[in-house]
Amino acid sequence: MQRRNFIVASGAAFLAGCNKISDSGWFEKLVDGAEGWHRGLHRALGAGRITMAPEFDRADVSPFFRGNGNQDIETDEYRAAQADGFANWRLEVTGLVDNPLSLSMDDIRALPQRTQITRHDCVEGWSAIGEWTGPQLSHLLEAAGVQAEAKFVVFHCADFFMRGRGENRQRVDYYESCDLDDAMHPQTIVAHQLNGEPLPIRNGAPLRMRLERQLGYKHAKYLTGIELVASLDDIAGGKGGYWEDVAGYQWYAGI
Amino acid sequence: MARTAKRPAKRHALSTRLWHWINAISLIILFMSGLNISNGHRRLYWGDWGFAPEQAWLEVPRFPGWATIPDYYSLSAARDWHVLFALVFGFSLLAFMIAALLNRHMQRDIFARAREWKPSNIWRDIVEHLKFNFEHGEGKYNILQKIAYSSVILVLLPLMIFTGIVMSPGGEAALPFLTDLFGGRQSARSLHFIAAWGLFAFFVLHIALVLVSGPIRQLRDMITGGKLEGDNHAAS
Repeated sequence: MQRRNFIVASGAAFLAGCNKISDSGWFEKLVDGAEGWHRGLHRALGAGRITMAPEFDRADVSPFFRGNGNQDIETDEYRAAQADGFANWRLEVTGLVDNPLSLSMDDIRALPQRTQITRHDCVEGWSAIGEWTGPQLSHLLEAAGVQAEAKFVVFHCADFFMRGRGENRQRVDYYESCDLDDAMHPQTIVAHQLNGEPLPIRNGAPLRMRLERQLGYKHAKYLTGIELVASLDDIAGGKGGYWEDVAGYQWYAGI
Repeated sequence: MARTAKRPAKRHALSTRLWHWINAISLIILFMSGLNISNGHRRLYWGDWGFAPEQAWLEVPRFPGWATIPDYYSLSAARDWHVLFALVFGFSLLAFMIAALLNRHMQRDIFARAREWKPSNIWRDIVEHLKFNFEHGEGKYNILQKIAYSSVILVLLPLMIFTGIVMSPGGEAALPFLTDLFGGRQSARSLHFIAAWGLFAFFVLHIALVLVSGPIRQLRDMITGGKLEGDNHAAS
């Protein structure tokens, strides 16, 4: 009995220790370091070539593409946009660029298109395969002229979560970001089609990002703006994304 | 060959002891944070994709807080622990493998000789184990120990690393052939889960056998290195 108590007590002390470490500042720094290490390893293992996410055949496409996170936006604005088939939706390219852009859906469809059949991996563990079509982000960025100080690309979205209780309840907009390496990657596209059809509402209509070398939460849906910045510190909570800000998810989601 | 190689003075080399304990801590943290991550999506699939019950081959039970790190459900915090200790685990295993090849621990003690694979030898070893006699066999470890240690060091641990790389989109993009090798990302995830429980089974067996074969001495030797007794039959 005493031995059992000892084992239970040491187990509890171990878990309590882990929780304490989890909350400490130095552990957060260590974990951020590990995230950078993984990112460096992923690039180093590529040995100089541009590493590509696997692409699949039409036959591999999942019969239904699951939606997750926000699967609709309950605002009059979005309902109106949906009613007119997103004809007036605009994508703004702003921030550290020479020529800010304001693109209509027709402008986006008129750009050279890339179609890719890729696997979407959610941080939770599930995967689905879909065929995505849209212009490469690199085309948009070249047209806008990225300035030398720009280090990150921020994706602004129309969807949001309501957070907090009572008087503190407030709207927190979804957003995401990536570095220029991922932004200029050939598989990083602004998708307006899934499996040859306009994006379904649950998958981010009318526009969503595809960042194929990272997990699902980086693929911002309901895209309204692309902003070039030198630092992520002043954007929302400063950690580079909605889930990064509110729940401590990793900014580099290639792991 | 092994017979002419100089034998170390200690039962366990410093590199083996250091790795043993770093690995033990890493595996416990990886296993417990892994159970928390498993709670994020409690279904396993074969092939490239899967998200719904009808595609799953296994509904995984929810693992309770006392078995997970942290001890409440947090996918992001569990991933922090997992991602950090994956590096400690992977690089310490690589360092140990190099050291064990250089000091010939691997060739001398872990790899079995052809004659040890004779069914009669394996059978004798099983019988000796059932009699709780662990001081037998050729060299430091008997054939069952060699099978157990080599399956863990050469199969299960590398399998954890490679299936882990397949599950990380950035790692997969760098080493895409791994995904095909394991039959798709969801297959790799299933294998990661199965191999983790294989390691858990080894852990239980390992602790049980240490407990019945002189736990104080075994623990002491894995910390201080212990002394080599005798020439060939040095397992005692």
